[in-house]
Amino acid sequence: MKLTGAEIIVKCLIEQGVDTIFGYPGGAVLNIYDALSKYQKEIRHILTSHEQGAAHAADGYARATGKVGVCLATSGPGATNLVTGIATAYMDSVPMVAITGNVNLSLLGKDSFQEVDIAGITMPITKHNFIIRDVNELAPVFRRAFKIAQEGRPGPVLIDIPKDITAQIAEYVYHEPEQIIKSKNRVNNRDIQDALALLETCQRPLICAGGGANSYGAAEELLTFAETLQAPVTCTLMGLGAFPATHPLYTGMIGMHGTKTSNFAATQCDLLIAIGARFSNRVVSNAKRFAPEAQILHIDIDPAEINKNIRCQKAIIGDVTEVLQALNSKLAKSKRDEWLKQINDWKERFPLKYNQENGLKPHYVIEKIYELTGGDAIIATEVGQHQIWTAQFYKFTKPRTLISSGGLGTMGFGLGASIGAKLGNPDKLVINIAGDGSFRMNCIELATAVEYNLPIIIVILNNHALGMVRQWQDLFYDKRFAQSDLNRGTDFVKLAEAYGAIGFNLTRTEEVEDVLKKAIAANKTVVINCEIDRDEKVFPIVPPGEAIEDLITEEV
Amino acid sequence: MKMDNRHVISVLVENQAGVLSRVSGLFSRRGYNIDSLSVGETADPKFSRITLVARGDEHILEQIEKQLNKLIDVIKVETLDPDSSVFRELALIKINAQTGARASITEIVDIFRAKIVDVSSSSLTVEITGDESKINAFIDLMRPYGIKELVRSGLTALARGPHALNENEEEV
Repeated sequence: MKLTGAEIIVKCLIEQGVDTIFGYPGGAVLNIYDALSKYQKEIRHILTSHEQGAAHAADGYARATGKVGVCLATSGPGATNLVTGIATAYMDSVPMVAITGNVNLSLLGKDSFQEVDIAGITMPITKHNFIIRDVNELAPVFRRAFKIAQEGRPGPVLIDIPKDITAQIAEYVYHEPEQIIKSKNRVNNRDIQDALALLETCQRPLICAGGGANSYGAAEELLTFAETLQAPVTCTLMGLGAFPATHPLYTGMIGMHGTKTSNFAATQCDLLIAIGARFSNRVVSNAKRFAPEAQILHIDIDPAEINKNIRCQKAIIGDVTEVLQALNSKLAKSKRDEWLKQINDWKERFPLKYNQENGLKPHYVIEKIYELTGGDAIIATEVGQHQIWTAQFYKFTKPRTLISSGGLGTMGFGLGASIGAKLGNPDKLVINIAGDGSFRMNCIELATAVEYNLPIIIVILNNHALGMVRQWQDLFYDKRFAQSDLNRGTDFVKLAEAYGAIGFNLTRTEEVEDVLKKAIAANKTVVINCEIDRDEKVFPIVPPGEAIEDLITEEV
Repeated sequence: MKMDNRHVISVLVENQAGVLSRVSGLFSRRGYNIDSLSVGETADPKFSRITLVARGDEHILEQIEKQLNKLIDVIKVETLDPDSSVFRELALIKINAQTGARASITEIVDIFRAKIVDVSSSSLTVEITGDESKINAFIDLMRPYGIKELVRSGLTALARGPHALNENEEEV
């Protein structure tokens, strides 16, 4: 059938199973919005307050559901406002398709009004991007974009479309979406044999699960793998939820803010099995002193991650779920008393703890959130101290339940992301744990949450400071607190109310449970402002450049 | 030719707008050193072939190859072994050539099997093809006369023998 470019775009989205998109209209996408309004029964468009919020929402939607997140913005500033969101998705390997309008083909390259070379700008932060120059390319490019976003290591793809293309007419024929083959690499049998030899001879194995293991299929295989091998399991921030934090083999997070047990185990293990993890500097710290006694078995879908940051003895390239299946089918049950005794001894001696005196504790609030939700909620975070406290004190037991910007560390990510996560999982409780600094950055998305009646709970751990910056200034800059003070007198309860949300102030430990219960029962957008001490710190912390075993656990 | 940590990498890519920018952007962004880059269409106009000369140890070379392979427009990447490949570069050199110097310049041009492609009352322009060391040697010999302008194409290369870098060759 003959359709306009704009209609073809919408038809292609429907074809790919997209039911929700996030965006903001403008001159160059008027035709696309016109077409969207025709198909609003098939595709729901969520209007955010800012394009950045749309990008984070698409990202949160994708992380929480495993489907491709889609966002749409106009040319120029609309497109550049997506950039932080696209980079966030790129760093955490989130499948996303970003659609931008641009000026007419004939005006491209002439510094026209609201023209920007968004394809050039996003080249380093997308898996791939396209500029459409012919209306007949639209459908094939959209199909390809969805495929690229999902196959292999997922990531964002941007499609830039000049306005006149969206008005031109072309033939559209429905295509069944192509089957996504996760990994082009078939799991190599010899690699499996070599890995089995390592697994069978090791004495002190440690499994380190990353974002690549954080899906339902992989998590199931990982559980079998760990139990059969009788190996302790640590997770990176991106891996939290891939292995149940309540499991006896779990040692807590690894790295800069990891547990002593995980960091000691990495330092003393003789085989480190990295699964869908990329040895980021936040995990490894001092690469020369990382896992000095271990052989490293690296399982990842992206060949470029092998030997990039840490050199390994053996690698298996492939989809993590398939690789673990292959290993599990041949792995014999191990017995490992001595090593596990050592692990348990560390766990007993060095549990995560906090000083319970002096007012309301952020850790306590997070523990209560876990207790009241039974680990069933989807927890989004912003970036900073609250993010790490959440990673440490909320026991993530299921994949895709922590939505956090791990790679890029994007403050202002959480609220948009929680909107996307909630829309993708209407039956789940979604809580955004925030700091006052991060929340302030994109709090305008409260308007979006309220408008679409999204019962999201935003818990602001308010220390009236940029806590993580302040902590570093305290520990490593001789207490010179340059520009980290945020004591601005903003009343977050009134702010919430101004947007039509419900606001609570929380100052006392005794009120935590009651307020959280009220917030859950309200079934509306709720902001809880928790007043915490500004000198509260994240411990343990590995000082920059040190080995991960040399962590600081309290102030000296 | 001695390559001391230099690698000649041949990259088969889709002949599309932006592909050169993707490849060169990858090098600058990841901090890989690049000595030269030359590009042109292949026998099939759907594809182009980029020849890169990059510096780095074997680990860096491994990363360069892997990162290149991640680019969607890249079809194939191959590092060429200097012992079993032909490396060539073209240079155009404009030399000060007053009447007295011409004969000796022409003599060197002949020895190097180079070609004089332009003559004026005070200059000669020479075209020379060869591997890098040959071109370097020629340039050194021309310096005393005074080089007015010099342009080099960057290295381009093919493996010797029947093997071809092909888009439809099976991935190993």
